[in-house]
Amino acid sequence: MIPAPFDYHTPSSLDEALSLLQEYGYEAKILTGGQSLLPMMKLRLAEPEHIIDLNGIPGLAYIREEDGHVKIGALTREAEMEESALIRAKLPILHDTGKLIADPQVRNLGTLGGNLAHGDPGNDHPATMLALGARVVAIGPNGQRAIPVTEFFVDFYTTALEPEEILTEIQIPLPPPGSGGAYLKLERKVGDYATAGVAAQVTIDATGRCTEAGIGLTNVSYVPVKATDAEARLRGSTLSEVDLNEAAGLAAAASRPSSDLRGSEEYKRAMVRVLTKRALQRAIARARG
Amino acid sequence: MATRTVSITVNGETHTRDVEPRLLLVHFLRENLDLTGTHIGCDTSNCGACTVLLDGKSIKSCTLLAVQAHGKAVTTIEGVAQGGQLHPLQEGFKEKHGLQCGFCTPGMVMRAVELLDKNPDPTEDDIRWGISGNLCRCTGYVNIVKAIQYAAEKMQAEEAVEA
Amino acid sequence: MQPRTSEKICGMGHSMKRKEDARFLQGKGNYVDDVKLPGMLYMDIVRSPFAYAKIKSINTEAALAIPGVLAVITGETLAQYNLHWMPTLMSDTQMVLPTDTVMYQSQEVAAVIATSRYIAADGVEAVEVEYEPMQAMVTPFQSMEPGAPVLRTDKEGKTDNLAWHWEHGDREATDKAFASADVVVREKMHIPRIHVASIETCGCVADFDPVEGKLTVYMTTQAPHAVRTVLALVAGHVGLSEEKIRIISPDIGGGFGGKVPVYPGYVVAIAASVVIGKPVKWIEDRSENLQADSFARDYHMDCELAATNEGKIQALRIKTVADYGYTDAAANPSKFPAGLFSICTGSYDMDTAFTEMDAVYTNKPPGGVAYRCSFRVTEAVHAIERMVDVLAQKLQKDPAQLRFNNFIQPEQFPYQSPMGWEYDSGNYPAALQKAMDIVGYEELRREQAEKRARGEFMGIGISSFTEIVGAGPSKHFDILGIKMFDSCELRIHPTGKAIARFGTKSQGQGHETTYAQIIAEELGIPALHVEVEEGDTDTAPYGLGTYASRSTPTAGAAAAKAARKVRNKARKIAAYLLEVSEEDLEWEPGVFTVKGAPDKSTTIQDIAFAAYTNHPQGMEAGLEAVHYYDPPNLTFPFGSYICVVDIDKGTGEIKIRRFVAVDDCGNIINPMIVQGQVHGGLTQGLAPAMYESLIYDEEGNILNGTFMDYLLPTAVETPNWETAHTITPSPHHPLGAKGVGESATVGAPPAIVNAVVDALSPLGVTHLEIPMTPPQIWEILNAHGVAE
Repeated sequence: MIPAPFDYHTPSSLDEALSLLQEYGYEAKILTGGQSLLPMMKLRLAEPEHIIDLNGIPGLAYIREEDGHVKIGALTREAEMEESALIRAKLPILHDTGKLIADPQVRNLGTLGGNLAHGDPGNDHPATMLALGARVVAIGPNGQRAIPVTEFFVDFYTTALEPEEILTEIQIPLPPPGSGGAYLKLERKVGDYATAGVAAQVTIDATGRCTEAGIGLTNVSYVPVKATDAEARLRGSTLSEVDLNEAAGLAAAASRPSSDLRGSEEYKRAMVRVLTKRALQRAIARARG
Repeated sequence: MATRTVSITVNGETHTRDVEPRLLLVHFLRENLDLTGTHIGCDTSNCGACTVLLDGKSIKSCTLLAVQAHGKAVTTIEGVAQGGQLHPLQEGFKEKHGLQCGFCTPGMVMRAVELLDKNPDPTEDDIRWGISGNLCRCTGYVNIVKAIQYAAEKMQAEEAVEA
Repeated sequence: MQPRTSEKICGMGHSMKRKEDARFLQGKGNYVDDVKLPGMLYMDIVRSPFAYAKIKSINTEAALAIPGVLAVITGETLAQYNLHWMPTLMSDTQMVLPTDTVMYQSQEVAAVIATSRYIAADGVEAVEVEYEPMQAMVTPFQSMEPGAPVLRTDKEGKTDNLAWHWEHGDREATDKAFASADVVVREKMHIPRIHVASIETCGCVADFDPVEGKLTVYMTTQAPHAVRTVLALVAGHVGLSEEKIRIISPDIGGGFGGKVPVYPGYVVAIAASVVIGKPVKWIEDRSENLQADSFARDYHMDCELAATNEGKIQALRIKTVADYGYTDAAANPSKFPAGLFSICTGSYDMDTAFTEMDAVYTNKPPGGVAYRCSFRVTEAVHAIERMVDVLAQKLQKDPAQLRFNNFIQPEQFPYQSPMGWEYDSGNYPAALQKAMDIVGYEELRREQAEKRARGEFMGIGISSFTEIVGAGPSKHFDILGIKMFDSCELRIHPTGKAIARFGTKSQGQGHETTYAQIIAEELGIPALHVEVEEGDTDTAPYGLGTYASRSTPTAGAAAAKAARKVRNKARKIAAYLLEVSEEDLEWEPGVFTVKGAPDKSTTIQDIAFAAYTNHPQGMEAGLEAVHYYDPPNLTFPFGSYICVVDIDKGTGEIKIRRFVAVDDCGNIINPMIVQGQVHGGLTQGLAPAMYESLIYDEEGNILNGTFMDYLLPTAVETPNWETAHTITPSPHHPLGAKGVGESATVGAPPAIVNAVVDALSPLGVTHLEIPMTPPQIWEILNAHGVAE
């Protein structure tokens, strides 16, 4: 399995990368971790003429708390997030998610930006970012813009990024006190794409009432799904067994899975229900500390 | 398509070669440098037989271009034993019968080097998840887990002595 | 068992650390893709995207225009030399490259020879093939339908898609037993198509030297000698003569049966090397390996068991439809088209049994090889071990008790099975009792009862299998006419060190260590001083290779016999050195001592030196022996496995809580290695039970032809196996040993299935097809309204 030939570019700045993108357009592919792109190139499912490797551009890998957000550079590796004390403490849901992606070697190279920009509904981070209400920052010939993740995944393997844009940063609002989240993934074996995955994030006030809820679903539609009805059902509730069951049912109803080797449509929808409830239970336990 | 010049330090020695950009690191190691200890077992980044260290981190060398390793340090199975002395992991695999056909072994050992580097005292679960990107068809993993535990204990004991 | 020899000698019973490990651990193994010869060219293969299609045209122009592409070989090229077809090991025929029709997806269509691996891959992409697709037949039932198109039009007069029909046992007596039985249970079960998927794929470097006229092939083969002979027979007409063919099987990265057949890729690489006069390397990709190399199993079995109301088993009847793909490319002994499936009466004493089988052609890859199994034993064991549980369930008896009541008893050995086998030795109740004691069977049953009352699903499954390995006695066993003996050539050097060569070929089993231990046991020469060599047909004695757990039963026995021949000569030399008669000498490993005079002795090392420097006049100099061992019978290893599972009612996931394996392979050469073999075998039993199967759609397209979807278990899915053993020596093997490499693969799947069926039995479940997946389990739970 050998990739087709291509020209290789190593810009040392974002400006340089942007001008290369403008020059080669659809013939170019951006390389960051390469853990999805290179297998596709080896199977010759992708044969880009130009590879633009962003790894030589300084300042694109970081995790920091700033302006009420956790900001993560697009080239931050999964392994770096896994080891981040900040993420472990403030965003356990993101820690859960990262650990379930592929395997340790792939996570040493794979990047958060790549995981999102690939637009694969089977990737795990999109659901979590939907649950957390994150936004991504992209830079293009006309400057920088922020895109809420709710508007980012537009179609199968298609994002809101323009062909000449580069994703540079992910911004996650810091959950207020009383928050907790969890990501659960059913997989045929470890490292597999999800049969179904559910990210759940809740905030609970002093009276025990849910003030905010976010639920994202992995690999159960042609795009990552935000289960808005389920979220609405939880907001204002006391998160009782009945509340969780009904929310789980609404999340399942929001999924649009298709039957494949991982299971039937019916099975996957049922799994969204089961995993949503379990993820919420874990999220609530964490929120209550 | 133009070739590129790469300089890659492998097991302490720097090698400079003109390569096609599409050349995979695993082929650079095996065919350009004749370091055949790193193996290829799949096309899809699943099996881990090609695992090497890139600047100390375990990666799958079939899913990295040689040009991406330019200016970096690579360690392969050939560079693990030092001064004729087997690494505690190599010793552990032998003592605990953690290998049979030996084909997955170099990747397994290289992965375990980083695993113990990050987590010197892993639980059985840490080890099993830690090697989940490496497939073995012969051993059933039980003795690989024991081999890594053996090395962890030995390395900790050595560190205690040094301290 | 206490070893008889010291730690220094390291004979049988010592857990000697493996001699081969040093090179594997330091990246110094020598696998076929590590072979690099001057001027070596690379081959890559164009494969069919269709399962069944006419080839309209092959255009090689664009490929040949790529700088570095030297040749494109097609079926037409090979037809010029009459090399476009080859025989399979089952005396069927197989295309090397097609001239007009492709019969399965990913079939080899053309081969590109280039100066590098990368250019060869570019060449493959540039070859243009025009196909006219036809409707593929993907199941044997489609192929068997009246009026189905005949696939093998190459066979003159063929009017259907039946490859062969086979019957074994006493049909009449069995039918009679069923007609009058109190109880008859019946289940249909499919053992799906699976793939051995050794981590090293297949490949070769063919190196034809036009000056010497000699062909050397470095090749991933489990049976190098057989390959040499087959090559000489099929390519004799183009001038390849057997003494001019050298097959070298270097280090092999796992075999499991997948490296027994001769694949078209090997033959094309050899043809290319012969024509071009340069070395040609061909190494498969993983997807090629999964999609085109020999599959295993694919048996559709209809099983019935007849018994009394008290639970005494009386008769077994199995009718099988076997999907062989487009040709029978299995590797069974010639007289056994269905391998050793007739072991299907298992560990149970019954009056009669009958089995019949239709082998059918379909538009799927050819094969029918083992997957770590001795010729279809896994299918047989799955059938009987499942059916015993089905019977226990029907009669509401404990499956352990039902087994105890039906076991062949220790005093019945040697036991004549109704299928005609003579089981050499066994103690089945002891093994099952030991497994039950280790797992705490009674306590688990109590826990299960409590859990059931709470609506939870926990299951306990047993498998008490009997294997049949070590083919085999030459009276019955041959491959293409070559008898299935195996060999050892042992040479003692003047300083008392030794080299031993064998007709087998290790693929990870540790032969370099265990064979040395056998010789150490017999001669007292430290195992570290015994060099073991295999795999080079120019130097090793002829043998049929390593598969079907046959190495210890055949070549291991040959090692003991050769060593005993050496010892007999050593005794003569010792008598000469000590100036006594042979009868006055006593043997302890490594030393001859004069009876009654403990100070008068001579060591094997002294004797070896004398054999070259001071041998008795009239005696041949030197100290060496060759033995070709023709076993009088097969060996029948056995074991009892117990699996405990918990079912997740929400997801249908099966969690193996414990798995206890008690194996009996007779006397043990190296306990560490035996345990390692069992661990690996168990994992390759787990894999088909819960994860692996090759899946095809209605057009014959494979849906899971990479490791992304063909699911090999990782360390996370694999439980922490608990192992133990009993020892019941083989009465006829010189060391009392039996084969063990495959026992666990054979025995584990029914234990796992029985456990899950047991868990779900309150819902009326009597059988589950493998691989048992969470969706399959959840559907049952959901249908009964008990899913979470």
